[in-house]
Amino acid sequence: MGVTRRKFLGWVGAAAGTIVMKGKNASAATNKHFEGYPGSFGVLHDTTRCIGCRKCEQACNVVNELPAPDKAFDDLAVLEEKRRTSGDTYTVVNRFEQDQGRLPTFVKTQCNHCLEPACASVCFVKAFSKDKTGAVTYDASLCVGCRYCMVACPFNIPAYEYDEAFTPRVMKCTLCKPRIEKGQLPGCVESCPKEALTFGPRTQLIKEARRRIDRFPDRYVDHVYGETEMGGTSWLYLSGQPFGEIGMREDLGITPAPSLTAGPLAAVPIVVGLWPVLLTGIWAISRRKDQLADQERIAAVAATTADANEEMQVKLAELKDKMSKEKEAAINLEVKKALEEAAKQAEAENEDAVDTPKEEK
Amino acid sequence: MSHDTTRDNKLFTPFNVITGIIILVGLVLTVLRFTKGLGAVTNLDDNNPWGLWIGFDLLCGVALAAGGYVTSAACYIFGLKRYHSAVRPAILTAFLGYALVVFALNYDVGRPLRLPYPIFLSPGTTSLLYEVGLCVFLYLMVLFIEYSPAALEWLGLSKIRNIIVRLTLVLTIFGVVLSTLHQSSLGALFMIAPSKLHPLWYSGYLPVYFFISSIFAGMSMVIFEGSLAHRYLHHKMDETHLKESEGVALGFAKAAAFVMMGYVGIKVIGLAIDNNWHYLATGWGAWFLVELIGFVALPALAYALAARERNLRLARWAAAWSVLGLVLNRLNISLVAFNWHLPSAQRYFPSWMEIAISVFIVTVGIVVYRFIATHMPILYEHPDYRTDH
Repeated sequence: MGVTRRKFLGWVGAAAGTIVMKGKNASAATNKHFEGYPGSFGVLHDTTRCIGCRKCEQACNVVNELPAPDKAFDDLAVLEEKRRTSGDTYTVVNRFEQDQGRLPTFVKTQCNHCLEPACASVCFVKAFSKDKTGAVTYDASLCVGCRYCMVACPFNIPAYEYDEAFTPRVMKCTLCKPRIEKGQLPGCVESCPKEALTFGPRTQLIKEARRRIDRFPDRYVDHVYGETEMGGTSWLYLSGQPFGEIGMREDLGITPAPSLTAGPLAAVPIVVGLWPVLLTGIWAISRRKDQLADQERIAAVAATTADANEEMQVKLAELKDKMSKEKEAAINLEVKKALEEAAKQAEAENEDAVDTPKEEK
Repeated sequence: MSHDTTRDNKLFTPFNVITGIIILVGLVLTVLRFTKGLGAVTNLDDNNPWGLWIGFDLLCGVALAAGGYVTSAACYIFGLKRYHSAVRPAILTAFLGYALVVFALNYDVGRPLRLPYPIFLSPGTTSLLYEVGLCVFLYLMVLFIEYSPAALEWLGLSKIRNIIVRLTLVLTIFGVVLSTLHQSSLGALFMIAPSKLHPLWYSGYLPVYFFISSIFAGMSMVIFEGSLAHRYLHHKMDETHLKESEGVALGFAKAAAFVMMGYVGIKVIGLAIDNNWHYLATGWGAWFLVELIGFVALPALAYALAARERNLRLARWAAAWSVLGLVLNRLNISLVAFNWHLPSAQRYFPSWMEIAISVFIVTVGIVVYRFIATHMPILYEHPDYRTDH
């Protein structure tokens, strides 16, 4: 026998352990790390070069045929307030002030096109997918509008057409996939007058970013944002001030989003497999106990009845015995009485007979 | 109010007037929602894509409908036959609860006609929401079948009824499996967003917390509903139901006290594992303790006391208290502690119309429950089928 009972129980224990294991560790079983499709594209955003002209916003609006904004794209007053992507804006530039009279930093925000996107992993109709170009694409023809992608996105990027009554869509940057496939640059990259945006294969962009940091260590923070955040993103960022100061979260960690929910997903088939066995077992045990209790009760009743019968028989026999004895005694008494009577009579007759011969003498 | 519902058939009873107004408002808002879009009736925005309709209607609705699987498992699997008279009302509530959850989802999702897509067209199996959807879809059918004998007895279709009754055990097991999965998955939904949910509420054990809390929430709802039914539908209860109901309430009170204390225990373990103790000293920590001690540990003690003293009144109060605690927990996770890092101007608070729609949906549930419980053999056994079990 190859599998001992002990071994088997060990496996069951291990399986149970996996269920309760924290999601974070659930993918520890695999030693693979997805680093993006080979040759897939990305964009490097060097915020130290950005001047906040909003040309990229304008190009994005035109290329994607989005509705015209309330305020013109050359109106830089909109930079006074922090903005985020919305139902009619795929990208926004925000301004962050620096201390000591240094120039403010401008940061362009749009979908970061994660290597392992949270939105794609949580979409229950597979409306999102990571394309070989590097783009995270969205298929509006499948979307039910549950908005779980928006809950899941660590960068708060997808937006929704809340005011669309009948055909609302999730809206987000497409990385200009249609243009890439035609051999064109994404709209924003093409329009940037300061080369703050560089398009290229992601692996090349990482090298370029490192090169810039090495060359100008005083100009840059020694970190390429997006290289490892949430498992890595196709958009990469360089900054002259800490990323936390320019509205980018530094606490996201390097775990790709899908592995956050891998644990609970892995527990599903185990529950499906084990619960029916466990529950049927509990049912069978409780039924068996009921049956045994029933049997015991019946046996006890039968035993009691039998005991009672026996006792009754004994009593009856005793009674019979007693009665017959009494009867016998009564008969005997009667017989005795009769005999005595007869004896008395005989005696009396004898006396008479005796008397008579006396008289004859 | 109880006598209105029984003897006279007057149309303008207080109950009818109030529910009538709520339903009328609900219908107007329904038209508004489906002609003008989500933006016209909700305060949802791009940072807060899930609001009251997910936090209350879905999360609380599903958890509070857990009485169905808990009661039927207690009776049919664990062999606690003295809970038999509680099974039917619990199954009915669960069935209506789930039906209303699905009904409410039609308001919340952008394109409700596509709700069958995840199951029939393009299943996204990596999503916990897919799992929730599939389980709720299947469980709704299971509950419908479990509930159907009552309707079939009412309609006099005894042949089908007898076939279904024979399936009881299989249906019950199926129901527990599906409930384990989707109750826990509702918690696991939030595991994708550690950067948005406050660390005191975020945990790798979220699915376990949701499953365990659904157990005592289900028991509490059975007790709570039982007390309401006693008040307003007393005349519909047969002798068995009346005789057993105190035992059901006190038995569940005792069980709930244990489960809730276990829940408090694993919540503390979660705190320890993530080493989140230091957050307890913050405002969020105070709120967390209000939830865990004020709305779980204390009602658990009340339950324990009620079970020991055989105090039905206290058990019923503890049940209402625990139900509130469950609602508080689900709202904390989905709304209060979610997006906790956002500035207060960007936080979500439901619009009055969202609240009105939720009240409307609960009201529809109560009206349908009352109709079914007054017409079908729910709180009493049908005379033709009395000797069946």
